[in-house]
Amino acid sequence: MAVEIQKEKYRSKVGEVVLGATREQGGTRSHTITVGGESALPYLHFEGEIPNRPVVALEVWDMVPEEWNDCFKQYYGDVFNDPAAWAKKCVDEYGADLILVRLKSADPDLKGSSPENCAATVQKVLGAVGVPLVVIGCGNNEKDNLLYPVVAEAATGENLLLGVAEQQNYKAITSACMAYKHNVIAQSPIDINICKQLNILIAEMSTAMANRIVIDPTIAALGYGIEYSYSIMERARNGALQGDKMLAMPMICNVGQEVWKTKEANLPVAEEPGWGEQEERGVMWEAMTATAYLQAGMNVLILRHPRALALVKQNIADLMKSNSY
Amino acid sequence: MIIIGERINGMFKDVAKAIRERDAGVIHEWARRQEKNGARYLDLNVGPSSAEPVEAMKWLVEVTQEASNLPLCLDSTKYDAIEAGLKLCKRPAMINSVPAEAAKMERVFAMAAEHNAEVICLAMNEEGIPKDAENRVALAMELVATADAFGVAPDMLFIDPLVLPCNVAQDHGKEVMETMRQIKLLSDPPPKTVVGLSNVSQGTKNRELINRIFAVMAMACGLDAAIADACDDELMAAVATARILLNMDIYCDSYIDVFKQG
Repeated sequence: MAVEIQKEKYRSKVGEVVLGATREQGGTRSHTITVGGESALPYLHFEGEIPNRPVVALEVWDMVPEEWNDCFKQYYGDVFNDPAAWAKKCVDEYGADLILVRLKSADPDLKGSSPENCAATVQKVLGAVGVPLVVIGCGNNEKDNLLYPVVAEAATGENLLLGVAEQQNYKAITSACMAYKHNVIAQSPIDINICKQLNILIAEMSTAMANRIVIDPTIAALGYGIEYSYSIMERARNGALQGDKMLAMPMICNVGQEVWKTKEANLPVAEEPGWGEQEERGVMWEAMTATAYLQAGMNVLILRHPRALALVKQNIADLMKSNSY
Repeated sequence: MIIIGERINGMFKDVAKAIRERDAGVIHEWARRQEKNGARYLDLNVGPSSAEPVEAMKWLVEVTQEASNLPLCLDSTKYDAIEAGLKLCKRPAMINSVPAEAAKMERVFAMAAEHNAEVICLAMNEEGIPKDAENRVALAMELVATADAFGVAPDMLFIDPLVLPCNVAQDHGKEVMETMRQIKLLSDPPPKTVVGLSNVSQGTKNRELINRIFAVMAMACGLDAAIADACDDELMAAVATARILLNMDIYCDSYIDVFKQG
């Protein structure tokens, strides 16, 4: 007698967000990327559809990232001064699915670059690569609120993913995205309630924006509270699949930034001989953190190390092989 | 808990007049208002005094669907009227209702199977409403078993344990809540449960307070749905809050609005 295998039934699914726009769609990207759309928990192909594979971005700064570990110099040292060339190298040589441009130089405590300069950088990167772009500010709210409209206008038609909106600072970026038709990153501090509330606040400004939100649940690196971020994502995904529309957005996370802050990724082997060679260790730390978040349903991963990117892409390819029966 | 909006009912004078005069505006208005405030089904009842229940039900179904996409709950003791209405429903509907009486179950479950309709089943029979939970559950079991024989799955059923006014049948309240708990053990998947919420407060002076307190107490016993006044903001806020406290929805500051928007 045949065994009937019980399968979970889900009421709803994660929404899809399209990043980038081709020439026909009013932009200049060589292709678009669709994220989200899954109707089952991560990679349970036998219980639903996982229509779009997760994508991996590499991070590019608009100034030399002095604080990055020296091991990055052999990969990016020649292009650290040129964001366009840096982005091109990430795509052409290292296989990044998309590029995250961090407009770090706008920070008043660093270079204090003007919004116009930042917009010009974004345009140069757009000219150098064909992949869709994620663009985020410098992290200073006041300055970022001046950047968003200028950058959004300069990239009209490109359907950027622009970040970040937070509960206490979401109006300027949402307005810029509404006016110039970009997508927005809604960031909450490892808090499912604020995550949902922020999505509601953005959707209240424009119902169309409800379908243009990518959630940044905020994550921790392996060893630094990864289980908290993981369980928040799990709740969001379960909520989405049970029909909670205000949690049914794709998710993005900044793995590289978190991992390369840790001592495990950075300490030279001389200081901790038992930990093994530093670069290898950092790459593994970044790849392991990323793959854990894939299991929690992450849709867009932002990494820094090209070797970690290669490992994660291989893991994604394995996870996307159907296990339906 | 799902709210089945009770307002399109010929017991209300404005609706009775609208049905008599075929004034679609009144029905449209009630359909929209209830949906906007969080109703997820709309109950349609032509009222006890309608001279032409079949035609009136057909009209109500058609005009309600002009204003709302919510599924309908066709509420009548005249099964010809329900059947005529089911044929016009654009989405699978709910039949309101059938008691545990053989002839009526036969008619209603056959109709439900044909139209893929959910059914509100009353825990009563020719002998009336049982006093205790045990006998209510026995009738519920009879309803579930009979529905199954007609190919209607248990989770298509909403068992109504039948609430009586708290001022005349105070001893029934606890029995009703116990019935709700036990109904969930009858089958897998279990049947759903429903109450006509305003019955509990008939003839009392604090109707809205009693309704909403009973609603949240019943939710804690597993109540799935209530035929109720979706325009009672305090009731809707209480239900939304109970859903949060029962971990049915994820909390956020705007949780009441989110519940109303569905």
